[in-house]
Amino acid sequence: MEGRILPLFVAIPLAGAFLVPLLSKLWSRFSDLIASIASALLLGISIYSWLIISAAGVPLHYWVGGWRLIGIAMWFDALTALVVFIINIVGFCATIYSIRYLDRYTSGRWKFFTLLLLLIAGLNGLAISGDLFNMFVFIEISAIASYALVAFGTEEEEVEAAFKYMVLGEVGGAILLFGIALLYARASTLNLAHLSQVLAGMGRTPFYWFVIATLLVGFAIKMGMEPFHAWLADAHFSAPAPISAMLSGVFIKITGVYGMCRLMFNVFGVSRLETPAFFNLLIAFGAVSMVLGGLLAYTQSDYKRLLAYSSISQIGYLLVALGIGNFWGIAGALFHIIAHALAKGTLFLAAGSVERQAGTRNLEQLRGLERVMPATTWSHIIASFSMAGLPPFAGFFSKLFIIIGALTARMYWLAFLAALFSAVTLGYLTKVVNLSFFARKDEPPTTAREAPALMVLATLLLVVLVLAAGLGFKGVLDHLVGPAAKVLLNGLEYARLVLGG
Amino acid sequence: MIPYVACVLLFLIGLYVVISKRNLIKIVIGFSLIEYAVNLFFALVGFKKGALAPIITTLEQVRMGVNRNFVDPVPQALVLTAIVIGLSTTALMLSLAMRLYEKYKTFDISEIRRLKG
Amino acid sequence: MRGMSLIVRVMTGLLAGILMLYGGYIILHGHLTPGGGFAGGVLVAAALILVSLAHGSVEQVERREYILSSVFESSGGLLFLGLALAGYIAADCFFRNAGLFFIGQPLQLVSGGLIPLANIAIGLKVGAGLFAIFLALGASRFVMKE
Repeated sequence: MEGRILPLFVAIPLAGAFLVPLLSKLWSRFSDLIASIASALLLGISIYSWLIISAAGVPLHYWVGGWRLIGIAMWFDALTALVVFIINIVGFCATIYSIRYLDRYTSGRWKFFTLLLLLIAGLNGLAISGDLFNMFVFIEISAIASYALVAFGTEEEEVEAAFKYMVLGEVGGAILLFGIALLYARASTLNLAHLSQVLAGMGRTPFYWFVIATLLVGFAIKMGMEPFHAWLADAHFSAPAPISAMLSGVFIKITGVYGMCRLMFNVFGVSRLETPAFFNLLIAFGAVSMVLGGLLAYTQSDYKRLLAYSSISQIGYLLVALGIGNFWGIAGALFHIIAHALAKGTLFLAAGSVERQAGTRNLEQLRGLERVMPATTWSHIIASFSMAGLPPFAGFFSKLFIIIGALTARMYWLAFLAALFSAVTLGYLTKVVNLSFFARKDEPPTTAREAPALMVLATLLLVVLVLAAGLGFKGVLDHLVGPAAKVLLNGLEYARLVLGG
Repeated sequence: MIPYVACVLLFLIGLYVVISKRNLIKIVIGFSLIEYAVNLFFALVGFKKGALAPIITTLEQVRMGVNRNFVDPVPQALVLTAIVIGLSTTALMLSLAMRLYEKYKTFDISEIRRLKG
Repeated sequence: MRGMSLIVRVMTGLLAGILMLYGGYIILHGHLTPGGGFAGGVLVAAALILVSLAHGSVEQVERREYILSSVFESSGGLLFLGLALAGYIAADCFFRNAGLFFIGQPLQLVSGGLIPLANIAIGLKVGAGLFAIFLALGASRFVMKE
């Protein structure tokens, strides 16, 4: 059975997470070693599985324990391939970045890496899961790890942000579980494929819409969509830099957007033609998030808080693109997941380097870093350009696809709004570049020097991928984004493939 | 029907506590109420009037195969999992509340406002 | 002053043994009766917490105990994962109950293949994990200094 690689996506990070506390008692550096090896292996197998499915053209599947429909299903199609690749590339960079970044904390190395591996395990498990309750469990695993990681520094702000984040996140989790219970009450199955067949037979009843609403609220809290964004800025602001990169680049998109897409498109079978109300709702909330997040980002004077509000704005882009609902819209959304994860990962890692080397991240105090930290500066600039949608970087193509989608769907005002907020993004990111990296001051900036090699390496790896995804956008579109968009567009095909295979 | 309504009521009471109370510990308690409401709801989903607990206790039942007169065991298994998740979140929340108390010397959230956002 | 009064210490000593025994019973019979790794593990942790509350105040918790419980917790997790991987390697199926151990007769103590072992792993993890949570909450001042 070709799918036998799939359990490893969960087994490797979990094994790492359990080994770290054991072996780090012997030698504290084992934690770095195990975490790096585990995340490198994960990156390897995610690329390998992607190669398998793009060569064979059929998704991988796996029944845990061999119990078929009674048991837990694992599923790896083009959409999973995209998501898993993003999780593991950002996870790998965050891990190797953390090795030197953690020097500023006096203790608890092994706790950090255990939690980071649990976070990665939860995200990977969510991505490959084909079972509703299992999805919930993995969402909670990664969420609990992320609460603890936000509070990792145990300073006042960090604990406060973590508590706030945790209360909101757990209420979201409880609402999700409530939705799952409702679904189970009617369908008596948890397998996503089976569930989608049962739901297809039920029709669009009020119950159907009520369950959708419940699940949407749960996912909206997890992704920090506009009315529920309060936790996001504080959590991103307070977390250690690699965790901010994971949270912003991966966590909110996988637990929020991926979870929502998988359930809504493949299980509930929404489509632009049949259920326009759902898509219009996505557009409305997305547009509000995009506008408010972008405007709030403009007013911030803290580097990381600015980036956090920018994440809310970009989540808005994603929702708008999904709401457009045609091929270009969805392809644009998925491309944007890649582009934003890579670029925002770079920006947060660069922010971490700046904070570590210069001792502050207040934009008013940072000056002239370009002279002393060239690699960090240029990574930051390239990532900013990509975020703002300048050619030829990845962000340009994602926004281009979204605008093409909006134009073909005849939503001209949406295309205009998307283009306008690209400019706003450029505005607030150049503000950072101008103030902190280039503005000259009479006295020499600080004693800042370039960050340690491993941290620079992790940042550069992400930047190179931003460049590669932009220059090779055709390849990314044909082999990664296009097939994934088709998975979402042919929503109910999913059930046929799973149950037939 | 009444038990379901009671679940929703319990959920709403929990939500009210989380939103309106200022004491950190009370917020944790409110969160626990939400969690119990959802768990109770899930357990109710599998309930069947007059059915037995889904546990095989005699060899006879083994030979007869699946006994039709069981309640649905799946929600119970899921609720157990959800309880374990709830345990870990409650523990983490309480430890965060303790850390907050150590830092700010108060449980009142209106005084814990170092962050502006 | 170390611990509580003599009466409490003697009584908890007696109780803790019974609790441990009961916890072990529930863990070992997890595949036959209600309960299992989690419920039994909670009982084991309760016994440990009882003893540590009665003998010695929380500030005096040894660092050794904290480390030991975290080691036990991780080994429980690893054991569980190892059992899942045993099915994966032997029968090509993650979590397969692969007939590596006694399948036995139904309703016998030694039956069920890997499931009793998985219960033991969970019991280990939950027992040690809950005790570690107690130590971390009760003695956070100590743990922070680590």
